[in-house]
Amino acid sequence: MDLVKFINVNKQFGNKKILKDINLTIPKGRIIGLLGKNGTGKTTLIKLINDLLTPTSGEILVNGKRVGVESKKVISYLPERTYLDKSMTVDQVIAYFEDFYKDFSKTKARKLLKDLDLDTTQKLSKMSKGMQEKVQLVLVMSRKADLYILDEPLGGVDPATRDYILDTILNNFNEDASVIISTHLIADIERILDEVIFIDKGKIILQSDADELRKKEKESIDEIFRRMFKC
Amino acid sequence: MFKFDNNTPIYIQLVEQLKINIISGKIKSGERLPSVRDLAIQNKVNPNTMQKALIELEEQNLIYTERTNGKFVTEDTKLIEKYKKQYADELTKKYLSNMQEIGFEESDTLNYLKQIGGNK
Repeated sequence: MDLVKFINVNKQFGNKKILKDINLTIPKGRIIGLLGKNGTGKTTLIKLINDLLTPTSGEILVNGKRVGVESKKVISYLPERTYLDKSMTVDQVIAYFEDFYKDFSKTKARKLLKDLDLDTTQKLSKMSKGMQEKVQLVLVMSRKADLYILDEPLGGVDPATRDYILDTILNNFNEDASVIISTHLIADIERILDEVIFIDKGKIILQSDADELRKKEKESIDEIFRRMFKC
Repeated sequence: MFKFDNNTPIYIQLVEQLKINIISGKIKSGERLPSVRDLAIQNKVNPNTMQKALIELEEQNLIYTERTNGKFVTEDTKLIEKYKKQYADELTKKYLSNMQEIGFEESDTLNYLKQIGGNK
């Protein structure tokens, strides 16, 4: 069974069509890049999978069932902007995640945070942006979910932090799960992708195996993307 | 860790790099390979991509799977030698054609090689 399925999904805000007739399937065990320029509908699509928005028409299935309470239990989501209260300490956030998610492993989170050499009694607001991003990624990857959705996890962090983020994703995703990563920083991330989805002006332009696409076009995913979506 | 060029399929590059490690003896004939997952993490690639590369190497008989034990490098040293020669041929051809591009005919290149070899 497909992990996620979009059937003729449309999303409008007022008269503005944000997503147009999306048909999409996400299989299990893959790392998928959701690639598009700014403002093309990536975050809207992600919010629909997370049931934070409802489609104007069409249907979204996770594990064969309509999105809802059940799908939220199996999806671990890293939003573009944090929803955490920054006056909390890392220890408090860990307790919060433990309360909230049955599949959260405190042991795993502690272990990953230890590698970061971080004082867990420190408030989030006292940390650098890069460190905040790392902490949030650790929390999200410490759940044993079916699907991890990471919305722009590389935005605004330095190259060393990007490497840390990519390594953490690779080391912690299990083979039955899938990871969707939305980004426009393609060159940094394409090495770890199985599959790419190109989205433009609210439409899916292309979905392909990453290596097959490189073979066919004899170019990197980054170059193909730049060529297709030249401003 | 291997270095990758994003213009070529990653699995093809993995096949090539692993092959070089085998023919150079860095990974020895008969040696057991780490698990797919560990190999993927070591080289910072997707486990599915690593799996694909290993299938390709298996098709070329350079590695084999023992059902419960994992994957091993072939014990057929003749085959490894054959791939080594093949690779050396490729490198040499490439070198000769690069030299030709800057105006060295094959005999010039050979003389040149002898000359720099003698100077060492």
